[in-house]
Amino acid sequence: MAIIDLANPTRFMRLTDRLLPWLVGATVVSMAIGLYLALYVSPEDYQQGATVKIMYIHVPFAWLSMFAYTVMAIASFGTLVWKHPLSDVSAKAAAPIGAAFTFLCLVTGSLWGKPMWGTWWVWDARLTSVLVLFIMYLGIIALWRTIEDPIRAGKAVAVLTLVGYINIPIIKFSVNWWNTLHQPASVVRMDGPSMPPSILIPLLVNALAFTLLFMTLHFIAMRSEILRRRIRTLRQHEAAGAAGVARATTSVQATASAHSPKTNKAPVEAPS
Amino acid sequence: MLPDLGNHPGFILASYAVSLVLIGGLIAWIRYDFRHQKSLLAELEARRLRRRSAAKDPKA
Amino acid sequence: MRALTSLFVREMQLAIRIGGGVWMGVLFFLCVIVVVPFGIGPDLNLLSRIGPAILWIGALLASLLGLDRLFQADRDDGSLDLLLMGETPLELVVFVKCLAHWAASGLPLVISAPVFALFLNMDPIATAALTVTLVAGTPALTLIGAIGAALTVSLRRGGLLLAILVLPLTIPVLIFGVSASNAALNLTLPFTTPFAILCALTLISAVVEPYAAATALRFASD
Repeated sequence: MAIIDLANPTRFMRLTDRLLPWLVGATVVSMAIGLYLALYVSPEDYQQGATVKIMYIHVPFAWLSMFAYTVMAIASFGTLVWKHPLSDVSAKAAAPIGAAFTFLCLVTGSLWGKPMWGTWWVWDARLTSVLVLFIMYLGIIALWRTIEDPIRAGKAVAVLTLVGYINIPIIKFSVNWWNTLHQPASVVRMDGPSMPPSILIPLLVNALAFTLLFMTLHFIAMRSEILRRRIRTLRQHEAAGAAGVARATTSVQATASAHSPKTNKAPVEAPS
Repeated sequence: MLPDLGNHPGFILASYAVSLVLIGGLIAWIRYDFRHQKSLLAELEARRLRRRSAAKDPKA
Repeated sequence: MRALTSLFVREMQLAIRIGGGVWMGVLFFLCVIVVVPFGIGPDLNLLSRIGPAILWIGALLASLLGLDRLFQADRDDGSLDLLLMGETPLELVVFVKCLAHWAASGLPLVISAPVFALFLNMDPIATAALTVTLVAGTPALTLIGAIGAALTVSLRRGGLLLAILVLPLTIPVLIFGVSASNAALNLTLPFTTPFAILCALTLISAVVEPYAAATALRFASD
């Protein structure tokens, strides 16, 4: 199973066909364990009480919002540098899933913040950065939807994704700076290393479970996208073929004009 | 059997419920999309096959 | 070098000749500044405190306004194809176009900002600091916006999408621009730290953004 095998969309379809049942199984099992540990086994936090249970889903969502963007950035690099046929499929499939997890991170953060801070929203550095990330996701999805040709859209989105990825640390840094300027003390701190294992282990299991869920959904969405492109090429061939037949039957001397730029430009990617 | 939810059961339940609904919706949408594309492709391929076999006869 | 100079001259001539494009941005800037007191009330103390923020946001919106035509006009009349085929590197061409665009639309904003600061009751030191930060920061806005302009070059109505794509990327510039101009008012904070970071952001944009915009333009044309 070398990476080169994955380059071919047909091979990718065959491989994921075999892989997906296992992935679904692993997702279900790990999520059942993670949620059981989070809801029934893990103790209450001495500061936050039972609301710490929200953290067991909030933190995995935050992790996935970054993970999905990283997947998109790597895929965009593949699109721009190697023109890999699968990479823009991967980038396109990851965008709505990543946006959904980012949105969930915001919602659960807000629901966690209301009992902790007393308001639905604070302009806390971390929440604000996630909000900016969410807007970036929506911009990327908007760009995918406005450019009709998938190959061309893939290239434009790849540039945007990579520029955004370079900017994420800068945005994070400036939001932190801005936040410390205006809000001297943060209200709740969840410091990683000082977390007791009784909280850390359910959190890690949940993070793994949601990552597996993301991978499952991402693979299925990639498969749909490959099929969608296949359908698109078939339809174009059909239309071009129909046009060709019409031309041939109506005018015999049309051979010179038969090579219109439209028919020449039919997408090359047509694995069958 | 509900787990012990402490002082703010509403917020915890709400966050899990929202996540459940949204992820459920996402899974449903992705599955529907895959099935839909698959059936479209099958239909298209069947049509092509039919046309090809129909076109072959008069040519031959 | 001569090609780039003549490109710069051409861009400037186009910007100045075509229907008062230079003043349109300044006028929009003025409108934003005028609208804000109607929204938050005529309290001069409050206005002078948030004045730098209002002026920065106004400048940000105004400099995004004219960006959608940055490459689109060239695409429409075919000169973009010539620039793509020419032997001057496209990155430099993009950089020079941004420079000309900034000189024609960003610089007027910077010059008019001290006048508009009078409406907001800002004291001379704050006004001076604001003008300096605008000089340092608005080129970054134009350069970042150039990516959006390159990505939406082939779209009929790219203006709104451009703003959506570009605004998240301009947040750091806004944060450090406003912090630096506020620091001049508030003596507990140093002015130089945020100002130096603002300059660094502009320099980073000057290196990264022409490459990205040129890449996007090449892809949009094949």
